[in-house]
Amino acid sequence: MTGLGRLGRLVLIGVPFVWLALFFVLPLLIVVRISLAESVIGIPPYTPLFAHDGVRLKLHVTLANFALIAGDDLYLRAYLGSFVNALLATVLCLLAGYPIAYAIARARGARRQLFLFLVMLPFWTSFLIRVYAWIAILQPNGFLNEFLSVLGLISAPLPLLNNQFSVELGLVYSYLPFMILPIYGSLSALDQILVEAAADLGAPPRLVFLGVILPLTLPGIAAGSFLVLIPAIGEFVIPDLLGGPDTLMIGKVLWDEFFNNRDWPVAAAVAVVLVAALAFPLLAAQRFLAGTRAA
Amino acid sequence: MALLEITAISKRFGATLAVEEVSLSIERSEFFALLGPSGCGKTTFLRLIAGFEVPDNGRIIIDGTDVSGLPPYVRPVNMMFQSYALFPHMDVAANIAFGLRQERMDRRRIVARVEEMLALVQMSDYRRRRPHELSGGQRQRVALARALAKMPKLLLLDEPLAALDRRLRGQTRLELTAIQERVGTTFLVVTHDQEEALSMASRVAVMNRGRFVQIGSPAEIYEHPVSRFVADFVGEVNLFEGELTTKSNGPALAVAGFVQAIPLPPDTELCEGAVAALAVRPEKLVLSSSLPNRFAIAAKVSSIGYLGGGSIVHLTTEQGRALKAYLPGSAAGAFGRGARVWASWPPENGVVLTQ
Repeated sequence: MTGLGRLGRLVLIGVPFVWLALFFVLPLLIVVRISLAESVIGIPPYTPLFAHDGVRLKLHVTLANFALIAGDDLYLRAYLGSFVNALLATVLCLLAGYPIAYAIARARGARRQLFLFLVMLPFWTSFLIRVYAWIAILQPNGFLNEFLSVLGLISAPLPLLNNQFSVELGLVYSYLPFMILPIYGSLSALDQILVEAAADLGAPPRLVFLGVILPLTLPGIAAGSFLVLIPAIGEFVIPDLLGGPDTLMIGKVLWDEFFNNRDWPVAAAVAVVLVAALAFPLLAAQRFLAGTRAA
Repeated sequence: MALLEITAISKRFGATLAVEEVSLSIERSEFFALLGPSGCGKTTFLRLIAGFEVPDNGRIIIDGTDVSGLPPYVRPVNMMFQSYALFPHMDVAANIAFGLRQERMDRRRIVARVEEMLALVQMSDYRRRRPHELSGGQRQRVALARALAKMPKLLLLDEPLAALDRRLRGQTRLELTAIQERVGTTFLVVTHDQEEALSMASRVAVMNRGRFVQIGSPAEIYEHPVSRFVADFVGEVNLFEGELTTKSNGPALAVAGFVQAIPLPPDTELCEGAVAALAVRPEKLVLSSSLPNRFAIAAKVSSIGYLGGGSIVHLTTEQGRALKAYLPGSAAGAFGRGARVWASWPPENGVVLTQ
């Protein structure tokens, strides 16, 4: 470490910390602070942190919002519903994404570039518009139902929209690239010689996959799974546009508390609980990824 | 019957013919080396036997069974890869056990076999280490143990010593021959290092441009190369190109620039005027400061390279031609740089090449 003075080093290390403090820790603290307030009618629609009772300044915090969340099983069901939906979407993304990533990694030259381009192509269009497009495809007189009835395969439109099916389809469709890309990354880093060595030692293709390819691409699978699972749990747009009356996801509950009920403190508390619930699996995942990389 | 019987296999990659009509037969327990420059097709040849490449035509028969169309995982051969290809997510013991587990061998027998292999390559203390925790030499031993664990009928070794440093290479060469003798498995080694091939193998094939140019014992290859390519590729050599003539005392080679024709071995059977080359190994050259009573070439010492056990003396002849002479021990001490010497050799030590 020569040439870079003490101050220079401090600045170099300090910049990312300042960035994190400004754009992650500070907003999170504001949300936590709102979650500890009471809802009032006014601007802002919550009680101030310090109240003056005429004699001295008093800290005004309440856990009532968290008690409300814990007391009403609507919230618990929404959290669980989100988790189950997101987990199912993750598993489906993995099952669909792994073979796609494998095919891309096996392709050579220009073909590989083309496949990667196709995976990333949807990002060129707004996410919102792409989800809207699914409504046009899935609705009772949409493309898919029309197509099937023209073929004579169905006599009445299938209920494809505003149910569990359309929400899952939307989640898998939207998050699939986030599963494909990290798995592709670890597959293309895999030394093909190891695959040959396994075959040479008597392993048929199925066992080469299970014994060598799969364990060596576990970091990619883990990274992809968390990249799908975590945003999918908090997803709002997809359940709102494609979901039905039976769709209960926490992102939608949060939205309703915030915009429909204008209850910022409860909305903030819902968000705080969500962040806390996600932080632990995220930390565990990071541990796991760091562990496999060291090995 | 030979263990490995290959008849006229060819393999083409696009426009290049990597292996062209090669036939080979290897006996049980042989230590066979395939020697050739990089890009000569030797690795492709090995991969054809292992089953990673499918031959365009020809047959590969191992121990009486035609394996030409079989996938690698059912062939009774194992390969030791140049990069070792150890599984990074498994420890040493699991790497060695990998092939045995594919055979659904009983657990206790696998453990016993792994221990046996660890002892064979002296790696018993490292059984729980991961490949990245081992040195290059240790990884090489694990790769050998893993390839031998299944007791293959034929072990293929792709440049087994190339990744080791020089000191370790010499030692490992001895160990490899010792292990081969102990287990009795047939070894087929591919290498570009002639010293490696000559010192380890009982039989050597020299390969060039997808074809075998000579097959024989190391001594045959070195002492009696069949072509300029073999003479030049295997060891150092002084080459003289010219036309055959007859002198009073026997056959000789008329070389441009030389007043006298160079005498050839007396048993040379070639017709007058034929174009040929004479190859003389550096250690066959004799240097003297006075003209000996046989054919000799006047030259000047341009440099002397000390090799420890001897010296290599670089000479420049009156014709401006470079010659190399190897003098054992401290014999080169008699000549200094710039000294005028006579280089000669007994005519029977030269080799006449027509290809």
